[in-house]
Amino acid sequence: MSAVSLGALIRAHPRVGAFLATFPVPRPDQIGLEAWLDGLGEETLADLGMTRSQILDHVRRLQQEDRQAGPEPVQALTILGGRDKLGRAEAVELTIRAGEIVCIVGPTGSGKSRLLADIECLAQGDTPTGRRILINAAPPPPGSRFAPERKLVAQLSQTMNFVVDLTVAEFVAMHASCRQVADADVVAERVIATANALTGETFAPTVSVTQLSGGQTRALMIADAALLSASPVVLIDEIENAGVDRSRALDLLVAEDKIVLISTHDPLLALRGGRRLVIRHGGIAEIITTSAAERANLLALERVDAGLMDIRERLRRGERIDEALEPWT
Amino acid sequence: MARPRLVTVAGSPSVGKTSVILRVLDLLAAEGQKVGVAKFDSLSTEDDKAYARRGIPVSVGLSGGLCPDHFFVTNIEACLEWGQRQGLDLLVSESAGLCNRCSPHIEGVLAVCVVDALAGIHTPKKIGPMLRLADLVVITKGDIVSQAEREVYAYNVRLANPRAPVVFCNGITGQGATEIAFHLRHADAIDGLEGRRLRFSMPSAVCPYCVGETAIGETHHRGNVKTMCFEDQR
Ligand SMILES: Nc1nc2c(ncn2[C@@H]2O[C@H](COP(=O)(O)OP(=O)(O)O)[C@@H](O)[C@H]2O)c(=O)[nH]1
Ligand SMILES: [Mg+2]
Repeated sequence: MSAVSLGALIRAHPRVGAFLATFPVPRPDQIGLEAWLDGLGEETLADLGMTRSQILDHVRRLQQEDRQAGPEPVQALTILGGRDKLGRAEAVELTIRAGEIVCIVGPTGSGKSRLLADIECLAQGDTPTGRRILINAAPPPPGSRFAPERKLVAQLSQTMNFVVDLTVAEFVAMHASCRQVADADVVAERVIATANALTGETFAPTVSVTQLSGGQTRALMIADAALLSASPVVLIDEIENAGVDRSRALDLLVAEDKIVLISTHDPLLALRGGRRLVIRHGGIAEIITTSAAERANLLALERVDAGLMDIRERLRRGERIDEALEPWT
Repeated sequence: MARPRLVTVAGSPSVGKTSVILRVLDLLAAEGQKVGVAKFDSLSTEDDKAYARRGIPVSVGLSGGLCPDHFFVTNIEACLEWGQRQGLDLLVSESAGLCNRCSPHIEGVLAVCVVDALAGIHTPKKIGPMLRLADLVVITKGDIVSQAEREVYAYNVRLANPRAPVVFCNGITGQGATEIAFHLRHADAIDGLEGRRLRFSMPSAVCPYCVGETAIGETHHRGNVKTMCFEDQR
């Protein structure tokens, strides 16, 4: 380690550079890590809040992590039933494949969010429901439950907002650099363009993320989850913004081969999934496969939705809606 | 005498320590474990009431005019003895890290640091030994920030501490508490703390202000003082 200069070490391991950059002391590029630490002295190290050997261990671990891949590809996610709130067995073994959309329906308080939470933490019989989640037909490797960069599950919900004080372009670029994707700039541009395609109200890359409207915020979150998040499973909890083209958003996630679970009562979303899970008393009571008739009805509902979107757009432009409306279905 | 497992939980004020501890202890108590809390704070606390409402035995130490970190390390042994007298299976200490340079973690004692996703994505870079030397990092309030920010935040936590597992936990719903309970179940039982060491020295300052000086001026700058440098005076 000491033979390599700090400059070369940081070029080879950007994470090491990002960590050392948090120390407010000069860092010459030419000398080695150990020589640099030797030169700092006890007092400076005390100010930095780490001992020499702690820093060396830290750097070694960051180097190893650099070499580790992201999450393993997920071809299938399996839910093994536990028990419902009344203690009755939940007789379910459900396997969801990459590129599939499954919806979750049921009254408020019935346990939809609990199911999403079980999937999010890859429950192993250790949550109140006793459910177990298998990844590629086996229990998840222990590391994937606790290492955030190998986290299999991304989650989007109505309560989530952007809070960081950055512009859209700055923030997406920052996320891309954390993900260490090649061509971070190109990917960032693609995320923003995609988000704009999902929302009727387009936004500039220079606007602050906290100033986006509800619809713009959801659109950016979905585009980012599809194109930048490494997690192969995406959970969506009640996203019902009118400002987002929901079917396009789902197409986008599925095109990236994500496994998508959505808790929703929005007919356009609920009928778009291949299957939907009916939750009662905290358990999966029924699994409904979307029928051919339902799929035909979805097309009719999409025409209604397109009609409404069109009127919304015209109102936004200041137009009148005086003509007699055709029934859109 | 009972041999409680000991866990130190530290984090800035209001990050969600009490909320998370309550959710986790609920799970462990339901398994029949006898759990208790030693709560450290500086001026006052309401947390003891929250624990007592759940029937969790709690002892409170207020550091008042002393550095809370120094107060913690001089009293943690007595807290462990209290836990032994209470016949606890698990003793959790909750202490607020007030200056980000706090260093409350003890060698061989499971050390948890709680950080708050709402505090801003750069926060992990600003926290010293309390975060960097912890065995387990818990990120709270992920329910109100975007997935993208959670990922950037977790990345920065990872840079600050590549050793520790990182768990997202919602202090309100308890989502994620199962994972934390898993780690607490495997904490070491501790007979005594005599002779054990802190993982890193605590912030030090031995100067007149430590012992009550209130007057400002260079004549009072004696002992361990550090002065700022200014760009225009280099
Ligand atoms: N939204 C949200 N609020 C939380 C979460 N965890 C804690 N809180 C809230 O944050 C506030 C401070 O929590 P508390 O546990 O007292 O923090 P402590 O000072 O670190 O012990 C309380 O109002 C909690 O309800 C969380 O995960 N999500
Ligand atoms: Mg508290």
